[in-house]
Amino acid sequence: MTVQELKEKLGLRELCLPEPDREVVTGYAGDLLSWVMGRAPADAAWVTIMSNVNIVAVAMLRDVAAVIVAEGAEVGEDVIARAAEQGINLLASDKSAYTLCVEIARSI
Amino acid sequence: MSVPLKFHYIVSGGDFTSAGNASVQAKKALRQLGFDPETIRRVSIAMYEGEINMVIHADGGTADIIVYPDYIEIILADKGPGIPDVELAMQAGYSTAPDNIRSLGFGAGMGLPNMKRYTDDMQIDTVVGEGTTITMRVNT
Repeated sequence: MTVQELKEKLGLRELCLPEPDREVVTGYAGDLLSWVMGRAPADAAWVTIMSNVNIVAVAMLRDVAAVIVAEGAEVGEDVIARAAEQGINLLASDKSAYTLCVEIARSI
Repeated sequence: MSVPLKFHYIVSGGDFTSAGNASVQAKKALRQLGFDPETIRRVSIAMYEGEINMVIHADGGTADIIVYPDYIEIILADKGPGIPDVELAMQAGYSTAPDNIRSLGFGAGMGLPNMKRYTDDMQIDTVVGEGTTITMRVNT
């Protein structure tokens, strides 16, 4: 399933979608960035409540397919701009991290 | 024998908005050189953790990547406070990062363990009050 399809299916808000056709092969949830940096699988939809600018670097270095900021956490314009610059798909949702992961698992 | 390729990056201290920039640049450079994605991931993750450490603890430093025929060397050098107990610092979960850093999602005590995990060799040279140099090697 592509990031664009996942966005539509889960009703995610698009903050920045430079690579809509990237394939999502798995999901991952985590907020401790060093932990995520050591563990997140490539091509995952990464669900987090972290919304500071460092999520973009982590997403880029781990090659995740998309970052989904969960639970209505606010994402600053600087973060969205950085994601656009680095080609990172950035989505948001009011749903909980748990709900999003369940929905991702049912979709892919 | 050809001269190894070198990349030099400055890591600015105390600036979390640009933390990770050097690793992202290094990743792009290695991608252009045609390294396989797994090698690139290992180098850039190890470098990112080092970069974050230098921002948190040492007011910045330098990062060098040297590409040899069969391995990539990453040298991270700072003039920070040094590491008093390297063995303790290497334990997963041990961290001296302050609360404001933790609120950003760092300070999980995974930095040095991740660096070791993602490289084939890692040497820490540190002197309290003078600084730390970490040399890592990723076989290609």
